[in-house]
Order: sequence, then structure tokens, then C-alpha cells
Amino acid sequence: MASFKDHLGRPVVAVTGIGVVTSLGKGKQENWAALTSGKSGIHPISRFPVDHLNTRISGMVDFLPSSSKGASALTYELAETAAVEAIEESGLSLDDFGGPLFLASPPVELDWHDRLALYKGGDNEDASERLLEVARSLNASDMFDSSQFGFIADRLADRFGATGLPITLSTACASGATAIQLGVEAIRRGECDRALAIGADGSATAEALIRFSLLSALSTSNDAPEKASKPFSKDRDGFVLAEGSAALVLESLEAALARGATVLGILRGCGEKADDFHRTRSKPDASPAIAAVKAALADAGLAEDEIDYINAHGTSTPENDKMEHLSLSTVFGDRIGRIPVSSNKSMIGHTLSAAGAIEAAFSLMTMCEGVIPPTINYDNPDPAIALDVVPNVKRDASVRTVLSNSFGFGGQNTCLVMAREPT
Amino acid sequence: MSLHDVVITGIGLVSSLGEGPDAHWAKLSEPNPTPVLETERFAPYTVHPLPEIDWNLQIAKRGDQRQMETWQRLGTYTAGLALDDAGIKGDEALCASMDMVVAAGGGERDVSVDNSILAASTGRTDFDVLLNEKLTTDLRPTLFLAQLSNLLAGNISIVHKVTGSSRTFMGEEGAGVAAVETAAARIRSGQSTHMLVGGAFQTEHPDMLLGYELAGYLHRGQWKPVWQRHASEGGGVVSGSGGAFLVLESREHAERRGRRAYATLGPVHSARARRARGELDAGIAGLLEAADLPEGDLLAVSGASGAHNATAAEKALLDANPFIAARGFSSLTGHLKEAQFPFAVALAALAVANKAPYPVFDAENEKPFEKSPQQVLATAIGYHQFEGMALVGGA
Repeated sequence: MASFKDHLGRPVVAVTGIGVVTSLGKGKQENWAALTSGKSGIHPISRFPVDHLNTRISGMVDFLPSSSKGASALTYELAETAAVEAIEESGLSLDDFGGPLFLASPPVELDWHDRLALYKGGDNEDASERLLEVARSLNASDMFDSSQFGFIADRLADRFGATGLPITLSTACASGATAIQLGVEAIRRGECDRALAIGADGSATAEALIRFSLLSALSTSNDAPEKASKPFSKDRDGFVLAEGSAALVLESLEAALARGATVLGILRGCGEKADDFHRTRSKPDASPAIAAVKAALADAGLAEDEIDYINAHGTSTPENDKMEHLSLSTVFGDRIGRIPVSSNKSMIGHTLSAAGAIEAAFSLMTMCEGVIPPTINYDNPDPAIALDVVPNVKRDASVRTVLSNSFGFGGQNTCLVMAREPT
Repeated sequence: MSLHDVVITGIGLVSSLGEGPDAHWAKLSEPNPTPVLETERFAPYTVHPLPEIDWNLQIAKRGDQRQMETWQRLGTYTAGLALDDAGIKGDEALCASMDMVVAAGGGERDVSVDNSILAASTGRTDFDVLLNEKLTTDLRPTLFLAQLSNLLAGNISIVHKVTGSSRTFMGEEGAGVAAVETAAARIRSGQSTHMLVGGAFQTEHPDMLLGYELAGYLHRGQWKPVWQRHASEGGGVVSGSGGAFLVLESREHAERRGRRAYATLGPVHSARARRARGELDAGIAGLLEAADLPEGDLLAVSGASGAHNATAAEKALLDANPFIAARGFSSLTGHLKEAQFPFAVALAALAVANKAPYPVFDAENEKPFEKSPQQVLATAIGYHQFEGMALVGGA
């Protein structure tokens, strides 16, 4: 019989529902089929004109009704869609979830088309004053809602009957992992028996693309979009901006089993460490990433030799992949060459605020299915990065434990350790 | 008393009234405190402007200052004040093991770029192409980082070396409530020994006003105290620039390093009333009940924003309790959005630590309170959504 307490006497946290949307499709099945057949979701941008843009490809989610309705509407729909799948799988109520909500979502700004509409609605010569004048006469609640940072979570909490004050968070590219971590911690503190953790990002606007482009962060391999994201390759030239979402229903193992739920996996440990080196670059010795990995292992009560697979952050930027390799080889030593390490981003691109949650979902599915998704586009290995990246083709493997890494701008490093079975 | 009690050992404050806990206590505890107002620059709106700040005092490197706009500088500066006040600043080991939760909105957009795009849009039918054309050439690469919500925390890590963990909560007052609530819960459960928590808001930017005014929330015309705006033009909110950061520690941790605490932070209660369904009154009442108010007279530091509905609801419920004497500090600081609840908790802690109440900020609407407050209630009822309260008690 499984223990309900972990090695530190805290409630064991189980996952009982998973939902996913990425450019590969809607739902776990579509995503898993594509992911394990090495299919790329990266495609030419069609949502807005690409004139003047250096990067003209992305992993946008273009098939939802809100795909053309702006970042706020799409982020909401992505979150809702993933949450519906996850809650349905868990067998809990879709409108009375009964636990808190932790949402990782992109910081919002007024959509450019709304800004333009305000401008066109007045004639004051000072544009800033004009926007304010028009805004107060218009009283446009949709526009207002989309500019409120707490709005999406408020709406989701309403939709699913989440309890209490929903938390909307941003730890940049680690956000999705942080949302899960907050849920795990709330259950461990005994504040709740279950929590809904969602990472959702539908913010691939022209301006977002241009901003990342100006930081030289994006791949410009426009001619072969499906080949653009090539983590750990020698010719990797940046990440591919993408959208997506994932939701996890987290429950104390005890509560999950008591209601007869199917346990899909265990969230065993979370670790984090902030970097104080630079706003976009990691400390050259990778010490914060190393500390985050070690903290996650310690929190999980697992030794380095008990990790079967690593779901890498693997963004395909020159810097990240090098730093990630340094951190992993430091923590795992010589053994790192024998641990499969793959990057889902080779197929779905970098889903930013959603990435940590999506990759946790795929990590859990990897254990459930006994199949490791590949790192595709691994045609030109970087000799400085000696990893078993599960090149190009999926691999059958019995995976008992996974480490999933998330590293972000602003020195954010969060790692999750998941296990197939309770101990 | 328990080893895991949450005590407040550091306070960093900036508002139009000045900077630091002592300056705020001095200004706010004198009879008839007067607000600092900027009535011209954003007319017809009034704001409470930032005081003069020498950024060098908390952000030593000019290079770091250049990487930020005012919002991030203000937050980083205020966080530095709190760390200094707690005797943690510069202590490498304590900063490296310190956990952080920042309540953040977004940073400032480049007004001149945005307005030049709008100006150029006249007579063009291909706005999206224009957008690409202008943004690719006019945007400053570093400005993106100055706008990112989590980069306030990122800058605090870089400048002050707080690197235990770093989380950013978003969502107006609710983010501030959840940040303090989560930080306190982590300490109480032993997940953390010492935490930096707080936020900042820089309102002197047209987009920051627009964020309220899209729903008509801003007060217009002559300034009035926060409880007296319902009959005036506009929506009742007068915003302010400022920030509030707290250093929270477990009692054990603070005692071990010999720090005197200002106050103890009791459980933080938060809620999401479904206001469209008329649940706000019941929501506030529920929080007051959950807060388990002590018997007898109680001082309340209210974060009421002035927004008509939320402020009226809060006032009615506070007035209905004859033992509560509320002080609406936004009358003097303006509404500080994400920083509102941390600011309320800080002011509550100052009253407890100084064993003295605040005078009335609005004689027409606030009851006198003469006693030495043993406990003080801090509230933040969001101007649009989310609510929170906490009791602050003696150290």
C-alpha cells in the first residue's frame, strides 16, 4: 500500500487529470500522436502580415475560435480548453472544482487594435489624452477586462468553480512549472485537497515577436519552419515563439484514492533558484540552474541516479542549451551521457508561460505510455553538448521518474521531479 | 506564540509622502495630514506623484538603473529599503536563502513610439504592416525587459542578490493580497524562514491611467478624501505612485539573529466575491468574520480605493461595526494597485509598533480612536475584483 506522506512527512501529491493544447493539436491524444511521430507544429505565420519581420514562423495555435481575437481571448480559451480536458479526466465536477486555481499566463497589455480603435474615436491632438477621453466615454468593458492582469483567472475561477482568490503568476518561461509548484505547495501545507494548475499562453502577437526578435532570441530559419527548432544542434539559432496550454489536476494522493480516482503520476518534488547575473543571460557557471535541479531532487527525496529521463528546457538558443548541458553534466556527472534528455520544443516551439506546464504534462504521459518523445531536427549535433537527446525518433522505455527543467528571463529557474508510481 | 509565527522585521515604503517607515509614520500620525497632489500634469485626473528619490541610494550601479524604467526602479528601490530596515541588505547568506514574492503589473510602454504609430495610422489602411514597420525600427530592445512583469523581481535579484526563489503574482490588488498570503503561509508551514514580499506602482504614465479609465474608474475634478467621492464626476479612484515591501520572518529566525520585529502578521484572508452577482457585501462580511476580530475597539487601515461600489460596500460594513475605526490611507497616498495590500499591512504594523493610532484622515467619515492599538486590521477590497484582510498584532 502506498504511503500518503512523503519523505518529509508531507502529503504526497498525485496528478489525476491532464489537458493539453499546442500547435500540434487539441487534446492529449492528438498531441501525443504527433509528438511521438516526430511531427513539428511550427509553421509560417498567417495571423498577421510578416512584412519587415526577420522571423516569419511560429508555433501559434491557429485552430481555435479565439485564435484571431487577441492575446487575452486566446489565452483564456487555451486555458479553458486544457482545463476541461484535465477536469473531465479526473472525474471531478466541471463547474464545481472545489480547489484553488493557479494560472501561469503572459503579462497582458491593451491590444494594438483596441488602442487604434480608441485613437480613431476622438480628435484631441495629444494622443495620450485622446485615448483617455475616448476610454471614459466608451466604457468598454471587454477592452477593460483584457487589460486587467487578474481577469483570465477570475473568469476561469467562475467557469470551473475554483475556490478562493485565484493566483495569476509570471516567472517568465518558468511560469507553467511555478503554477504547478504553487499547487503542490498548497496541498502539502494542507490548505486544500486539490488544486488546478494551468499554464496558458496565446500572446504571440506581432509586437511580442518583434520584441524577442530585437533581443536576437528567435530562430530565423524561415524557409523550413519545421526544421527551425533544433535544440542541442550545432547550428541552433534561437527559439521559435509558440502558443499552447496545459492543465493538471493535482490532488493529495489520499484524497484521490479515497474517491477512487485514477492516479496518472506523482508530483514528487519542486526546486527553484533565482539567478542574479543578468536580465536575459544565465550565470556562466550555471550555478543557479544546478541549484534548482539539486533542490528539486532533494525535495523529491531522490538521488541523482534515480532519474530515468530528463525533459529538457531545450529552447534551441545557443546560450540556453549550452548552459543546460553544463548544469546537467555537473549534477549528474558521467552518468548524464546515459540518461535520455529530450526537448519537446523541437516540435512545439517555446510556449513561454505555458511551457513548464505543457512539458510537465508530456513528462507524465512519457511515464504512462512508456515512450520517450524525440528531439527532432537533430541532424548536426553540437559536439560540445554530449547528451543522449533521443535523436529524431521516439524511444520505448520504462520511465519511472522524470526531471523537467524550466529556465526563464529574469533569472527564473524552476525544476519539477515527477514519478510514475507512489512509493 | 509559536516559533513559526510570522513577524514583520523590515518595512520599505515609498509614496508621495516620502520614503521609509519613519517618514510615513511622522507624516501620517500628525493631526490633519495633508496629501501631496499633482493636479496639472494629467488633468482632469489628479495623482499622488512620486517624491524626489535618489536612486543611487539603493541601486548603486548606473548600468542597472539604465536597464529599468521608473516602475522597476521604484520597486527595486523600495525592496532595498525593506532589506536595509531588516538588517538583511548586503548579508550574502541571508539574501541567497531569502524567498521572494512580488506583486506586479506591467512596466511602462514607450509613449512616444506608441503615439507616433497612432499618428502615422491616419490615412493608412494597412495598420498591421505599419505596426511591423514602426516596431521593428523604433522599439528599444531593452524596453521589453523594463516592461516584463517578472523583471521587477529579476532586478531585485540582480541588485540586491535575493535569490532563494523568485515568484511574481499578477492581478491588481489581489496580487498583493495573494503575495502576502502565500509568503506568510510558507513561513508558517516551515517552507521558508524569511521572505521579501511587496510591490510597486508607478501611475505617472498615461497607460497606467488608461488601465483604470477603460472602465471609467478614475475620479475627476477636485480632489476629495477616499470616502467622499461617490457624488463626484468619474469613478472615484485617485491613483498614486509608490511601493511597499515587507520582510517577513519566522519568529524563530528573527530571534535567532537578534532582530526586533515591528509586529506579528496574523492569517491573511482572501476572497473572490462574484460581484456581478451581488456577492461583494457578503464577501466582505465573510472576510471580517474569518479575520476573527478581537473584542473591543479596533483600528482598521483600509486600502479602500475610492471606486464607488467597492468603497461604499466596504464603508457600510466597517461602519456597521461600532468597534471599528477605519483609516482610508488612499486619501493620502492614492491608490497603489498591486502595492495596496502590502502598504496597508505596513501601516498597520507601524501603528502596532508605535503603540499609537493614526488620527482621522477624513473627519467627516472617520471615527476618532485614542487607544494604543494592540491589533490593527489591514484591508484591500479591490477596485474591480478580489478582496483581502489580515490582522496585525504585537510582536
